[in-house]
Amino acid sequence: MNKKTHFSFLILGIISLKLGLFFGLLAGAQYMVPEFLKEIIPFSQMRELHVTMVISWIILTATGCIYYFISIDNKLAFPKLEKAHIIIFGLTGILILISILTNNMGGREYMTYNPLLFFPIIIGWLLFAINYYQTIIKKIVFGPVYLWMWMTGILFMIITYSEAHLWIFSFFKGDVIKDITVQWKSYGGIVGSWNMLIYGTAIYVMSKIKGDDRIAKGKIAFFFYFLGLTNLMFGWAHHTYIIPHKPWIRILAYGISMTEWIILGSMILNWRKSLNQKQKINSPAYKWLLSTDVWIFLNLVLALLISIPTINLFTHGTHITVAHSMGTTIGINSTILIAAIFYIVSKENKFSLNKYKKRLNIAFWLFHISLLVFWGSLLYSGYLKGIWDQMDMPKTSFSEFITDLKPVIHVLVSGGLFLFISIEFITNPLIKALINKSKK
Amino acid sequence: MNEQKQNLSVFIILILLFTVHTYTVYTSGTENINSTRMNTSAIKGKALWQKNNCTSCHQIYGLGGYLGPDLTNVYSRYGDGVKSFLNAGIESMPVYSFSDKEQQDLLEFFKSLNESGFYPNKDVEKTWYGNIKIRDKTR
Ligand code: HEC
Ligand code: HEM
Repeated sequence: MNKKTHFSFLILGIISLKLGLFFGLLAGAQYMVPEFLKEIIPFSQMRELHVTMVISWIILTATGCIYYFISIDNKLAFPKLEKAHIIIFGLTGILILISILTNNMGGREYMTYNPLLFFPIIIGWLLFAINYYQTIIKKIVFGPVYLWMWMTGILFMIITYSEAHLWIFSFFKGDVIKDITVQWKSYGGIVGSWNMLIYGTAIYVMSKIKGDDRIAKGKIAFFFYFLGLTNLMFGWAHHTYIIPHKPWIRILAYGISMTEWIILGSMILNWRKSLNQKQKINSPAYKWLLSTDVWIFLNLVLALLISIPTINLFTHGTHITVAHSMGTTIGINSTILIAAIFYIVSKENKFSLNKYKKRLNIAFWLFHISLLVFWGSLLYSGYLKGIWDQMDMPKTSFSEFITDLKPVIHVLVSGGLFLFISIEFITNPLIKALINKSKK
Repeated sequence: MNEQKQNLSVFIILILLFTVHTYTVYTSGTENINSTRMNTSAIKGKALWQKNNCTSCHQIYGLGGYLGPDLTNVYSRYGDGVKSFLNAGIESMPVYSFSDKEQQDLLEFFKSLNESGFYPNKDVEKTWYGNIKIRDKTR
């Protein structure tokens, strides 16, 4: 089995993360000093370089992990298509950077590149779909839940990513409310889709580490899968409670979003159960997955609260939303993906990371502490903005408000800096091990 | 086997519901709430808004980046005076050089936005179960 292409996805993913963090820091610096780099790369470009790169990290790494995992027990149906997939995504990545840097943008949040790039991206996804379905088609119906989750993630990525581009038609683009709706409905689906890919990966890795496929089978596993899918499909309107669409859209999204309390409840129950089992597993992947749990808990509480419309009224349009998006993309998605890479690297060579043990342990704690500072300061600056928004006649102008916010932003960017350092420490040994493996 | 059949049926039912949901959202769910259709000039303004990625710093209905203010109702704040901001390059905002025609298109875009509703909306009714009812421009 040739694993080079799987590793290329992972390597490209890690490089995107490093670049994304670098741009994130520069974007943070522009918050502190508004004129910083304004003439060369203004915030309107910097933010998108950041967002595009970190999303690329999520997508590329999840894709590489899935190719790798399904190739263990099966023969990948079309290795050549996998190669085509990575070449297309790699080249499109370069075109995206050019499109942003030349200020030729699409102006849709998270998809700021020229809309023509929709075509290569969707072709990449179709290739992935063909390869995936052909490889596991006979297994899926009886298969564990992660096979379903990956299938759903790929399918709905294709559906909702295409849906996001409906804005090109005048039926949508000529109508403010329809235009906002098509954007946020589809984005809810896109994020839900990549969550399917990533949570599926988490369940896969956890079941392999524990050597116990039960967590991926049976009624409970499928119940949570369907709950996730329902939220992916119908929960999106918590992003748009405040826009004037028909009230039923709001009520439906509110109701659907509240079903996630079940997930919260079950997490707490499971923790109480696991306290009694003294299972000692010594693996970095396991450690990272346990830390994911803490972030799922924190982010779920936040997400549930801001999905209550009366609370959302206050938090919407503030950095509390950014706390939600970065809290989940870093705290949940990235920790799972890091765990998965650890799993793959140690599966390939048990000892390759031994000499980094101490450093990796320090970096682990640095990561979580700085993320907590980062997340907390986003919440706090969002809280301040919420108060400012709600004042009938704000006593301070917007620019004065931003000036008042400065101290919090300093803490935020410092947190980001340490996060950046910790991720360097974590990813460098991983990328080295992966490059070594691809050379063989 | 039974369980697998069940899973497959739930999956198919959800897909069907999703299809119906999508259709109703884009038709009756967002139909004619206020007179929100834009004219050609406003659509051109919106294209400029997107091409320059104004949304990375500004929000519409609170959605967007947060370095600059929300612009949903900027038209009602400044009227035609909005134009004076466009090429001024205040604070972190890039120095643009929009032509008169382009400035007019952007203004038309802000006008349509302004007519579509309010943000931040302070005239909201809160229900006991946590829901909100928002003021509609036509009422
Ligand atoms: C890099 C961030 C950034 C980008 C990109 C940006 N702006 Fe701004 N904009 C600002 C800031 C900051 C202010 C000033 C707020 C203040 O100090 O009151 C502002 C102010 C404005 C105002 C005046 C609003 C008010 O209430 O005072 C308008 C109108 C405006 N921008 C329109 C635009 C348009 C149209 C675009 C895209 C072509 C754009 N902006 C792109 C950051 C940005
Ligand atoms: C060095 C650490 C980081 C810094 C300093 C940083 C900084 C920023 C800044 C300034 C923004 C723009 C916020 C705004 O529009 O006002 C942003 C947005 C965002 N970042 Fe980061 N970031 C960092 C790490 C990450 C990582 C690791 C991820 C994900 C893997 C991530 C995901 C996102 C996302 C999804 C957004 C869009 C948020 C939204 O619009 O709601 N960031 N980041």
